[in-house]
Amino acid sequence: MTATYTKNHTTAAFDGLLDPMLPQTATIKRIQQETLDTATYSLAFTDPAVAERYRFLPGQFNMLYLPGIGEVAISISSDPGQPESLLHTVREAGNVTGAMARLKKGDLIGVRGPYGSAWPVEMAENHDLILVSGGIGLAPLRSAIYHVIRHRDRYKQVTILVGARSPADLLYQEEYETWREFNIEVVITVDRADESWRGHVGVVPMMFYKLRPDPRRTIVLSCGPEIMMRFVIYEALARRIPKDKIYLSLERNMKCAVGFCGHCQYGPFFLCKEGPVLSFDRVEPFFGVEEF
Amino acid sequence: MSEQSLQKAPGQALPTGKQIVIAKGDLQQIFEALGAAGYTIVGPTIHQEAIVYEEINRVDDLPIGWTDKQGPGHYRLLPRDDGRFFGYGVGPNTWKKFLYPSQLTLFRTGRNGDGFVTNSEQEVPQYAFIGARACELAAIAMQDRIFLEGAIQEPHYRARRERAFILAVNCTEPGATCFCHSMGVGPVNETGFDLALTELDDTFLIAVGSDVGADMLAGCAWRPAGTFELDKARLCLDESKKKMGRIMETTDLPGLLYDNLDHPRWDETAERCLSCMNCTLVCPTCFCVDVQDVSDLTGEQTERVRLWDSCFNPDFSYVHGGNIRPTIRSRYRQWLSHKLASWIDQFGASGCVGCGRCITWCPVGIDLTEEIAVIRGEQI
Repeated sequence: MTATYTKNHTTAAFDGLLDPMLPQTATIKRIQQETLDTATYSLAFTDPAVAERYRFLPGQFNMLYLPGIGEVAISISSDPGQPESLLHTVREAGNVTGAMARLKKGDLIGVRGPYGSAWPVEMAENHDLILVSGGIGLAPLRSAIYHVIRHRDRYKQVTILVGARSPADLLYQEEYETWREFNIEVVITVDRADESWRGHVGVVPMMFYKLRPDPRRTIVLSCGPEIMMRFVIYEALARRIPKDKIYLSLERNMKCAVGFCGHCQYGPFFLCKEGPVLSFDRVEPFFGVEEF
Repeated sequence: MSEQSLQKAPGQALPTGKQIVIAKGDLQQIFEALGAAGYTIVGPTIHQEAIVYEEINRVDDLPIGWTDKQGPGHYRLLPRDDGRFFGYGVGPNTWKKFLYPSQLTLFRTGRNGDGFVTNSEQEVPQYAFIGARACELAAIAMQDRIFLEGAIQEPHYRARRERAFILAVNCTEPGATCFCHSMGVGPVNETGFDLALTELDDTFLIAVGSDVGADMLAGCAWRPAGTFELDKARLCLDESKKKMGRIMETTDLPGLLYDNLDHPRWDETAERCLSCMNCTLVCPTCFCVDVQDVSDLTGEQTERVRLWDSCFNPDFSYVHGGNIRPTIRSRYRQWLSHKLASWIDQFGASGCVGCGRCITWCPVGIDLTEEIAVIRGEQI
C-alpha cells in the first residue's frame, strides 16, 4: 500500500471543535412511557444554532450520552419533516438505557448525530410498501411511517406488520388508528396473547400469509430481532420480492458511530456508516452465518 | 570513509529524492537537529529484553550491536559483533502507540448545576519517529486512510500525524516471521518518509523525502551517493526480499475467506487461540477502540476516555441480551476475515502489512500465513 495522504508539517494544533466524538447538549422536553420498560424521550438541543441546522433521514440514529455512564446508539423515531422535535424510543436494556429510565423532564443529555444510512424512501416512491417490525424495531420504522404519511400520494399500497411479545409490549398503540386514516393497513400480532386480546397470535413473518404483494413493485422494510428478519426475508423471497428490494435495519455494538472504533463491523460494512439500513442482497453472504 | 571525502554543506538545500551518504556517527547530528526543532525523538531501544519504541535522546540509546531472533511465539535478543545500528526486525511496539495512543482523554465533562459543559482542549506532542520500517509506513498510510481520508477526520490522530517527522529505515535483515514483500509493501521505503536510511557497512545511505527532512541534515557532513553505495544497497535489499521467513499467498483473500466462514479450521485454531488480544495489540493497523467514562467520586467531573479494544474481547460484540461472538472460533474468524478480507472492501487494501508481529507475539504461535495456507487447502 502506498501513501495517498499528503501531510503538511505546519498544521499544529488539535481542533476540538472538529471532534466527532463531542456531544451537543439537549434538554428532555417530555418522557412518554410506552410500555413497562420502554419510554419515548422528546429532546431539544439547548444551542439554537445546533437545533436550527439539525436534519435527519428516516432510519438514522443518534448517540445519546449520559456523563459518567456512557453512550448508546438509539434510532430516531420521529418525523424527519419535523427535526426540531426529536424523539427516541428507548427500551431499558443496559447501563445507559437503565440510567436514562431514571431521568426526568428538564434533565440534560448529550446527543451527537445523526448517523448511518436511511430507509430508501425516495427509491420506494410509486411502490407498494411492506413495513415489518418486531418489538422495539418499530421505533426506527416510525420515522419512515411519518415520512410516508407526509407524502402519502407518492406511495401506493402501504402495509405495516407489527409484532410484539405480548399486547402490553405493543408500541405506539394510540397511533395505529391515525396511520389507518392515511390508508395504511396496520396488522398487529403478538407472540403470546392475554385474556383481553382479540387480534392475531403468532410471529410477525406469518402475517405475510395475509398479503398478496406484487413482486414487481413491492419494497420491504424490516427491523427487529435478526431471527425475525430471517423469516421476513424468507417470506418475502417466497413471494418473489427481489433481494435488493428487501431492506433491513441491523444492530451491532457501537461506540463511536463514525467508523473508527470497529465495534459495528459486519463483513465489508460498518453498520454505523454503510448501515444500519442495508438491502438484503448486500448482506446475504453474512446474514445467516452463526456468530458473525 | 570511502574514496571521496565528505563535504559539509550547511544551508545548502537538498532536493527531495536526492540520495546522499553520511558517516554513521553523524546520525547524532540528525538527532540534535530534531531536538533543536522541538521534536520528541522516539525510536527503538531495549526495555525488558525486547526492542520497543520509546523516547530516546541520543544515538547511543539505539540497540546498537543487538539483533533479535523471532519465530511463532518466540522472541529473543542476541548480541551481534558488527555494531549495526539497525540490525534487528520490528518488536512488539508500533507507531500507533504515538499516533493513536492506547489511552486518550477525548473530553472532560463537568456538572455546572444545569447540566454539563465539555472541554476538549488538548496538548499535541510533536514526535520524530526513528527507524520506521516499510511495513510500518504502510501501516501508517493505512491508518491515514482510515482516520483521515473518509467523510469524517479523526482530529487527535490528525494533529499527531501532521506534526510527526519520520526517519525510515530500509530493512536489510528481515526476521523469520516477516512477509512484507508478499504483501507488496516492503522491504524498501518508497514514500511517506522525511528521510529514509539504508545501513551499509560504514555509512548510511540516505534518501531525502521532504524539505523538512533536508533541513534536519544541515549539521551533517555528506556527499552524493555513488554507484558503489547505491549498488550495495540495492543488493542488500534484493537479498532481504529473499530472506523473509514467511510467504503469504494473497490471491483473492476476500473470496477465499468469505467462502470459508464455516471451514473446520476455525474450530481447530479456536482450540489453540487463548483470545488474549496480543495479536491485535501488536498489529500496526488494528484500530478498534472502546470509549469509557471515568468519574471522580463526587460525580462532578467525568473524563471520556478512549482505550484500545480488541475483537478478541468477549464484550466487544455486546448488544442487549448478550455477545454476538461468544466463542473464540467466531472471534478469531472475525479478526482474520477483517484483517485480510473485509478490510480490502472497506479501505481498498489489506489490513495486513506482513510485519509478522501477530505470529511472534502469539503466546501459542498461531501463524496467519499458515491459517491461510490451510484454508486454501495446501499441505502444511
